[in-house]
Amino acid sequence: MAMLDVKNIHKSYDDNEILRGVSFTMEKEETKVIIGPSGTGKSTLLRCINQLSPPDAGEVWLDGEEITNPATNINKIREKIGFVFQDFNLFTHLTALRNVSIGLEKVKGMEKETARKRAMDELCRVGLDAQTKQYPAQLSGGQKQRVGIARALAMDPDIILFDEPTSALDPELIGDVLDVMKSLCGKVAMLVVTHEMGFARNVADEIIFMEGGVIVESGPPKEMFTNAKTQRAKEFLGRIGALYGGG
Amino acid sequence: MTTDFAQFFIDSSPDLINGLGYTLLLTFISIAAGFFLGILLALGRVYGNKIINGLCVGYIEIIRGTPLLVQLFIIYFGLPAIGIIFTPIQAALIGLSINSGAYQAEYLRGAIQSVEAGQMTAARSLGMNKLQSIRHVVLPQALRIAIPSWSNEFIYLLQYSSIAYIIQVTELTAEGKFIAAHTFRYLEIFTMIAIIYLVLTIVSSEIIDRIAKRLSIPGVGAAKGIGQRNT
Amino acid sequence: MRGPLALDTLVESLPQLMDGLKYTLGLTAFGIILGTSLGVLLAVGRSYGTRILSIIIMIYEKVIRGIPLLVLFFLIYFGLPQIGINFDAFTAAILGLGLRSSAYQAQIYRGAINSIPEGQINAAYALGMSKFKAIRYIILPQVLRLSIPGWSNEFTILLKDTSLAFGIGVIELMRQARYIQVRDPDLVLIVFLFIALIYFILVFSANKTLRYVEKRYQMAGYQSEVHR
Repeated sequence: MAMLDVKNIHKSYDDNEILRGVSFTMEKEETKVIIGPSGTGKSTLLRCINQLSPPDAGEVWLDGEEITNPATNINKIREKIGFVFQDFNLFTHLTALRNVSIGLEKVKGMEKETARKRAMDELCRVGLDAQTKQYPAQLSGGQKQRVGIARALAMDPDIILFDEPTSALDPELIGDVLDVMKSLCGKVAMLVVTHEMGFARNVADEIIFMEGGVIVESGPPKEMFTNAKTQRAKEFLGRIGALYGGG
Repeated sequence: MTTDFAQFFIDSSPDLINGLGYTLLLTFISIAAGFFLGILLALGRVYGNKIINGLCVGYIEIIRGTPLLVQLFIIYFGLPAIGIIFTPIQAALIGLSINSGAYQAEYLRGAIQSVEAGQMTAARSLGMNKLQSIRHVVLPQALRIAIPSWSNEFIYLLQYSSIAYIIQVTELTAEGKFIAAHTFRYLEIFTMIAIIYLVLTIVSSEIIDRIAKRLSIPGVGAAKGIGQRNT
Repeated sequence: MRGPLALDTLVESLPQLMDGLKYTLGLTAFGIILGTSLGVLLAVGRSYGTRILSIIIMIYEKVIRGIPLLVLFFLIYFGLPQIGINFDAFTAAILGLGLRSSAYQAQIYRGAINSIPEGQINAAYALGMSKFKAIRYIILPQVLRLSIPGWSNEFTILLKDTSLAFGIGVIELMRQARYIQVRDPDLVLIVFLFIALIYFILVFSANKTLRYVEKRYQMAGYQSEVHR
């Protein structure tokens, strides 16, 4: 049984059908990268998985539990699904340290001091030992996003969903964030929506190419980059490969 | 019960209408007088020299730093001690106008400052003198911007004119108190009065809204003021 | 016959005025506590509650804001006993001040809630927080910080409005001043000027203190709205 099983997800906003039946599975500690043109529902898919936007139809199973079932306690489930936002969404009124520890304290019910220590460890892990007392507004974009990753990591999730984690960053800051993500590879399952083809090629176990609200093709990076079966995937990977320097 | 209430309402209405007349009189005269006072104060603050500016600030801060009731008491009960005597209605009109002037000055100043810089330079470079620039360029924009705050001020005066009751002006609240003292039907009469004020509040803010829309010019934004109380 | 500025007799009346001041401060403190707690609840209810709850709160706010404080006092103090609900004047005044302030404060908090990006609550949900926890630990701390300037305005309004409790016989500053005036008519002008001074000092120091608090709790990078 797969750790994460996404079955036939449909989602519309108003009359606009964003997702038209998306299915895939993920195993423990696997890394999958979702690529595709803008507006194909990649971010929506992530939000459907952790139920920030519940899907209109379809099921999501995590560890054998159907989380799309309204009877499931979604807060319990979300503890196990980390989420890293494109625009960081760090809590404005909290320091970097408190941003990481607040979930431990208020959701996991950890002692304040234990939570603080754990948060400290996570911030060290993403290379921010010196910034623990800074407020989000005092951090650079790359630092903010690393706090965002630390915040997700601290909860000991089974899987972390990354929603274009580097899209809002200045080019020179992207590297730090990608390095942190690379270092997590094989330690926690990661589902990453990104345009960073280098990352996709070098890190992913599988690449999922989405367009028009469906998965057009998926496969190991090597195959996808050199030998995509569908014309659309070939075109897209060729174009974006040229755009981003091919990785 | 309902017919009884209706009958009571009909019986009370001449007195209430009488009181309502005074309430509206207080509101309209004070908002107008306060407006002229406010414009003078605001212009004094923006364009006046140090001394004028200081005097205006002092006036505004003192009035806004003390309750309206204290001001009314000083005018009505206090001033006779030095030989200045007003009737209740005079005292109320003076007090409300003085009070409103200080509040209106503050948001008019805000509005003037929000259009002042570039517009003033442009007007002066056309050859207008300072007074003409203020009169023809700055104020027409500033007054429009101030309308939402002005709407709040109107409602503030409408409601706070009820305080005049305490210095024996027979406005709406006073009439209500008078009727209640004779009939012992406090709940009914004050509910009626509350409804009258509520309707006046809603209707007047609606009317001012429409006026604001009629007068609006694309690009001359109205300051946000809805819901903000005067302080 | 003394002159209008009889300072020595004013000094004799000081204890009486200080007694009144206690009530003025008491009304302010209890009134603002009621107004703030209720105002926060109303704002949260209106923003996060069901449609029906939010409509009820909207009507409450509109109605309360449409009634003069003095009339509200009369309704509570004179009107409610008619249906068997009795309050002493002090309690009635606190209720009136608190209810009215809550309707205005609710708007301040709602404005602040609306200004907080949706990402904040999404991030809280993503961590596994319930709606309650997200509001309690993520939204409200930000809302309250952003609301300090508006709250300061409300505080000084309420402080000044306590003078209207005079109208239902609370023995606060104004009432004590009237007592002194009736007993000693010569003192009238100086007493009321003195009362004005007390209020002015209270309002002034409240403003200064609150502006300090506002700076102290400002979130980095979050400029709270300018004072009006």
